[in-house]
Amino acid sequence: MQLTLEFGGGLELLCDSVKIHDVNVIPNNEVDKLTMKDLLVWVRTNVIKERPEMFMKEDSVRPGVLVLVNDCDWELSGQLDTPLEEKDVVVFISTLHGG
Amino acid sequence: MEGNHEKARVRLCYLCNQRRAALKRPKTLEQICRECFYEVFEEEIHQVIVKNQLFKPGERIAIGASGGKDSTVLAYVLSELNRRHNYGLDLFLLSVDEGITGYRDDSLETVKRNELQYGLPLKIVSYKDLYGWTMDEIVKTIGLKNNCTFCGVFRRQALDRGAALLKVDKLVTGHNADDIAETVLLNILRGDIARLSRCTSITTGEDGPIPRCKPFKYTYEKEIVMYAYFKRLDYFSTECIYSPNAYRGFAREFIKDLERMRPRAILDIIKSGEDFRISTSTKMPEQGICERCGYISSQKWCKACVLLEGLNKGLPKLGIGRSRGLDNNHRKDVKQSNGTKNIEGKQCGSLDF
Repeated sequence: MQLTLEFGGGLELLCDSVKIHDVNVIPNNEVDKLTMKDLLVWVRTNVIKERPEMFMKEDSVRPGVLVLVNDCDWELSGQLDTPLEEKDVVVFISTLHGG
Repeated sequence: MEGNHEKARVRLCYLCNQRRAALKRPKTLEQICRECFYEVFEEEIHQVIVKNQLFKPGERIAIGASGGKDSTVLAYVLSELNRRHNYGLDLFLLSVDEGITGYRDDSLETVKRNELQYGLPLKIVSYKDLYGWTMDEIVKTIGLKNNCTFCGVFRRQALDRGAALLKVDKLVTGHNADDIAETVLLNILRGDIARLSRCTSITTGEDGPIPRCKPFKYTYEKEIVMYAYFKRLDYFSTECIYSPNAYRGFAREFIKDLERMRPRAILDIIKSGEDFRISTSTKMPEQGICERCGYISSQKWCKACVLLEGLNKGLPKLGIGRSRGLDNNHRKDVKQSNGTKNIEGKQCGSLDF
């Protein structure tokens, strides 16, 4: 599944200072089904290069990290249960850096 | 397929009932669209300004600008509201150059862009000019312990001095609701009653030369970041390269955990801070004037002069720790928090109340 990931607010520092990543995520078991919960695990393994604890806490993002799926707050689409589709754009922004 | 997917996700804005909702407001849990969000976000800040009479027509106002998200959004919104509601204010950007290579020099570039983007004159004051030391030089001398103390104390004065040079009537800062809740908690944890009683005031220092105010006192960090993201505002978000304040980091993490469970917690902590009554038998420090530089101080010399004296005499420990009696406990705290895993918060010195 082709997705565009964007990291901002300082989170890009955890992945070689690259903000935008075009990725191809292959769903684990069930075909054609990918949720944000799966994506987070995939991102932690495949995209984050350092200090993963700045990105995730337990099985979700660290509190203070905002998530938008296709420019919509993931709190409106079910957070971890948000289903993902081909060509979705997922944005992660830390609110924890700087003032 | 595409249609189903859109249908499953589309929720209409609670306010206009026409456009697709783009975010959930932490304050009200309402689901609203971008356009309505801009409107309520700006209007709420306008109402805070009006209700608290933060400004008078004709005043000169300095915006403490770090290049970070809060001050960038503040500069943008304030110039917008100033135009829209005819506040009649002369706005300026005021930045402090601490002299931190690879950090502040980059963020100052952001502020310089903001100067052009928003058409606000910018004044930069530097630690080097004011104190004869850059933070890089201070860290070279004292190491990575207590450097945030120096930076925080110096920044507070630097902003006041810059504001005096600009001849402004007031200084506004981008402290948001999350910052204030965090500071209430920290002041409780430190037993700092004097600060606890004033950290929730929207305006402080009215008896001093330059009052400070916080128009974002009730504005959630989440909304500030969403606003900056949707409007594609240009801000800088790298952490200070010197050690973060671990104790504040814990408080911040705790607040964020509470917010996830119950977003109102942030406003409720601020309310608790506002409504605290300090017992009359509590001895409060008396405000006086530093004998050396004339800055406000509760001691013979202000903290900046004590710290500078130490630096210039090669005794950088001078003035570190709140008082002799508390020093042991203080050191224990520092040790404990350093030993735990790396929890980083905001740049440590950006929050001085």
